[in-house]
Amino acid sequence: MVTTDVTRLDERLSASTVRGVKDTRAYTAFRVINATLLVVIAAVTLYPFVNLAAQAFSSEAYINAGQVNLWPKGFNLTTFDLVMSDRMFWRNYQNTVYYTVVATLVAMVLTTTFAYAISKHHLKGRKVFIGIAVFTMFFNGGLIPNYVLVNELGLRNSVWAIALPNAISVFNLLVMKSFFESFSTELEEAAEIDGLSTYGKLWRIVLPLSKAVIATMVLFYAVSFWNSWFAAFLYMDHRELYPVTVYLRNLIAGATSVDGAAGSAEATQIAANVKAVTMLLTVLPIVCLYPFIQRYFVSGVMLGSVKQ
Amino acid sequence: MTVHDPLPAGQTTSATPTGGGSGPAAAATIGMVAGAATPGRRRFGRDRRHDRGARTSWRKALRRDWQLYSLLVLPLVFFAIFRYVPMLGNVIAFRRFRPGGSIFGEEWVGLHYVRMFIQDQTFWNVFQNTLILGVLSLVIIFPLPVVLALMLNELRSSRFKRVIQTISYLPHFMSVVIVAGLVFQLTAVRGTINQVMTALGSSPVAFMQLPEWFRTVYIGSEIWQTVGWGTILYLAALSTIDPQLYEAARIDGANRWRQTWHVTLPGIRPTMVVLLILNIGTFMAVGFEKILLLYNPLLFPTADVIATYLYRVGIGSSQFSYATAIGLFEAIIGLTLVLSANAISRRVVGASLW
Repeated sequence: MVTTDVTRLDERLSASTVRGVKDTRAYTAFRVINATLLVVIAAVTLYPFVNLAAQAFSSEAYINAGQVNLWPKGFNLTTFDLVMSDRMFWRNYQNTVYYTVVATLVAMVLTTTFAYAISKHHLKGRKVFIGIAVFTMFFNGGLIPNYVLVNELGLRNSVWAIALPNAISVFNLLVMKSFFESFSTELEEAAEIDGLSTYGKLWRIVLPLSKAVIATMVLFYAVSFWNSWFAAFLYMDHRELYPVTVYLRNLIAGATSVDGAAGSAEATQIAANVKAVTMLLTVLPIVCLYPFIQRYFVSGVMLGSVKQ
Repeated sequence: MTVHDPLPAGQTTSATPTGGGSGPAAAATIGMVAGAATPGRRRFGRDRRHDRGARTSWRKALRRDWQLYSLLVLPLVFFAIFRYVPMLGNVIAFRRFRPGGSIFGEEWVGLHYVRMFIQDQTFWNVFQNTLILGVLSLVIIFPLPVVLALMLNELRSSRFKRVIQTISYLPHFMSVVIVAGLVFQLTAVRGTINQVMTALGSSPVAFMQLPEWFRTVYIGSEIWQTVGWGTILYLAALSTIDPQLYEAARIDGANRWRQTWHVTLPGIRPTMVVLLILNIGTFMAVGFEKILLLYNPLLFPTADVIATYLYRVGIGSSQFSYATAIGLFEAIIGLTLVLSANAISRRVVGASLW
């Protein structure tokens, strides 16, 4: 049984960290229940992904009969062929990559320079600059003024409509600022004596020593741009310009309306399978990279919260 | 009293001016934002020296730090154009706007658009929906990461703990489009949830076509996506609680429950307060993108919120001024909520964002 396995593992590994007193029977019971509950929670969390993969590899008939849950039924890859031979899907996938790269680059330049400047306590006006940034966390222009602005600036149908309006996340900015603040001042002073300018210090001393925080910030931005769909949905007029998230959104929206119409059973069936395959192909890069990059995210949040 | 102050001696250097009895992690969480709005913490003598320099004239400061200021130029241009211009752009709530004309509108119309939404029955429906979803999110979802963090904290095997954590963070990294897709998949008439319900003897439910189910579906998907990741800050706070406090409590005869109640919870209370304030600040903006993806006209009676309504009114039917008036109203409520939550918490709990 899973529960006993878990507790045994739990106990074996904890030999060195026992909290002194021998456990009461009630407490042992609590720990078994606790571990079991957590296993259930993890299973429930993973289930939608398992279900997604199962549906992606199944044939439509079984999905529509409601027989595909944990494992594919009527295993086939024809839908994969179908989706992967769709020129538009790949076009939009490329767009996602392109938008993510450009937007992340812009965001990193703006965030790093601003964070470095406001991390200097002697900078006159520092508090004002920080205030300017922090205020936007709690009050912003709202959808329509932003929409009007982006259109007015002529950014429609360009990568800048996605990259520029979200170039600085104030949360990321504050994380970087606290990292730079904790940076050893001696190094910079030594560099100053050696005749390095502020730019030189930032480029040659500070940034090379901040690789961890930079990696974290790049990941934060990249994931948020990779996942974003609404900006592209608002500002892109042609299918060729959509990122894959908007491709997927249109597919889902289309599928539901077919579902609602309850007319052509054929269309519904194919839609379910195509949807699953497209979703799977979209989440795959993130799910595959996730185990390796996860700790950077955690450390990023820690950096922002538990400083010093 | 010591029990309520789990701040190891060595860490007091980071205490912020705000925190009364703040635990370290939360004090720092506050510090993250508060460091911004309160006088800078001075940790080194040299900083103080430089601060005297900060009282110098702008001319001198500019000459000394022009390179630092030059780094600020582009980001400040960003904030000016993409954050503060739209804020000013809200003025079209009180001015007639002509597409293609000035982004600040053409002529004053006073409170015309405000009166319009006050008399708009649909507006009050979506306002009510927003409040209900906001309250449900706050009441149901906010405490769950605390519970999950406490559960994880009870695990002794760090490997098991890490596996559970890794799994529970995963949904946070999914695009909202994927989440919506998964919701449709699971709630489909032949989907897993309906299979379970059928197995339990009830008939299948067309979840995404029945308004009475929308809130459950929405809150459920939010729980799935946010609760795991929400534990991070609590786990950080928990890891900084001094083990000696537990020992002291045990010597005083406290059992596990009392230890949790008197040591653990006070240790993470400041984190809870800060996150609560932040959550209250985003109260009115409940899951706009997710709802936009999930809802359909059948679900409007419960699913339509202020943000989606103003999206349809503004971008769908190009009533820019009217939608802006609604958006401004929403933003002002949001700001008022976060300011009052902050003020109340500073008085009552002694922890605040600034």
